[in-house]
Amino acid sequence: MGRRIRVLVGKPGLDGHDRGAKTIAAVLRDHGMEVIYTGLHQTPEMIAETALQEDVDVVGLSILSGAHMTLFPRVRAELEKRGLGHVLLTGGGIISKEDMQALEEHGYVQLFGPGTATDDIADWIREEMVKRWKNEEIPL
Amino acid sequence: MQDLLEIVERLFAGDRGALARLISWAENRDSRFPAALGQIYPRVGRAWRIGITGPPGAGKSSLTNGLVQAVRARDETIAVLAIDPSSPFTGGALLGDRIRMEERTQDKGVYIRSMAQRESHGGLARASSDACDVMDAFGFDRIVVETVGVGQAEYDVMGAVDTVVVVLCPGAGDGIQAMKAGLLEVADVLCVNKSDLDGADRLILDLEDALRLRRPRDPAAAGAGAMTPPVVATSAHEAEGLDDLLEAIDSHRRHLERGEVEDLEKIRRGKRIAQVRRVVGERLEEELWSSSGHTATVDSLLEKSITPYDVAEEILGSVLGVSPKTP
Repeated sequence: MGRRIRVLVGKPGLDGHDRGAKTIAAVLRDHGMEVIYTGLHQTPEMIAETALQEDVDVVGLSILSGAHMTLFPRVRAELEKRGLGHVLLTGGGIISKEDMQALEEHGYVQLFGPGTATDDIADWIREEMVKRWKNEEIPL
Repeated sequence: MQDLLEIVERLFAGDRGALARLISWAENRDSRFPAALGQIYPRVGRAWRIGITGPPGAGKSSLTNGLVQAVRARDETIAVLAIDPSSPFTGGALLGDRIRMEERTQDKGVYIRSMAQRESHGGLARASSDACDVMDAFGFDRIVVETVGVGQAEYDVMGAVDTVVVVLCPGAGDGIQAMKAGLLEVADVLCVNKSDLDGADRLILDLEDALRLRRPRDPAAAGAGAMTPPVVATSAHEAEGLDDLLEAIDSHRRHLERGEVEDLEKIRRGKRIAQVRRVVGERLEEELWSSSGHTATVDSLLEKSITPYDVAEEILGSVLGVSPKTP
């Protein structure tokens, strides 16, 4: 009982490969999280609006289309536009080391590439949220 | 306190972020929620609440999406509360009802919230009524509550909404299923979805037959006031029959508002009484088993091979301050 971590798992853009997103959704579910799965072809606006309506703690995006350098910043901007700067944004996909580094420097906290153990992702999310909740970093 | 006033003010100003956060407070049993509900309660009671229930895969989410579309075509606003099951083992949940409604996300006249049922087992989540109250106070014209996929006997939705729609689809049982006690009895409107599939006509006939054989829920109101639930055919996939469904819901609403069976206020108050009883029951259960040592007492009494009934009498006696019943 008590508080549960709410995670939005989505796939932005023109990318129909959702096996990864579904796998992550199932893994986070099995780690006791409440996962809102939004399906394919989401725009950054839709993702941010869903995050707002669902009051999620985490947004996790799967991008295999190569458009990650455009999509992650746009989702971040749309979240901030709605006062959701506190939401933990993360994701994964086929992303080169250089791009990952660049995105992480812009404040996407952490990205996960192919080969990551799924439990590590769940553990990382939980640790981050426990830290934030302890410090009451979630604004109204 | 500052938080509370701020969030209520934002809710009244139409801020959907505040709406979402208040629902989270209700869900997480945040200590600020009861006071917040107190602040907004005067604005609760204007929205018409519709429950959509039925077995898994009957098309509840697709139908809800269709209903939202029909309601928006009339320029009314609508909020959706979609409940999905939680794992009994991990507590986790996969909330996937939004997938059927994604084109509504950007519409300012629509709000959709997914909710895990958590520790409840009656088809809804514990915080469902609270969430509806918050949506109601926000100012939506209608609220749709979509239950988890139910079996034959999950009735919580009855206590939480004004009109219950039970959704069925062809291929899930014969005419005797339609005659069984349970889920079908709670319907104010029966909806046969996937009406484009084989067997839909047969199911409609079976349901209509079963309804003819049924005594009204309130025998005192038999005759003039009683309303037999209509059977509406829809195909959410083909966007057919959705206006008929909305019309059937509105017809039930008019029927209740005319007060021929019972005063609407009285019906709603009855549901509030049930809600209070539920909350009292939950709190008692928590208080009783949280830290007071009753569990240890039960354990040690059972060790002396006293039956569960005797142990229960013992516990009740000590809690209520009466001596145990002697058989």
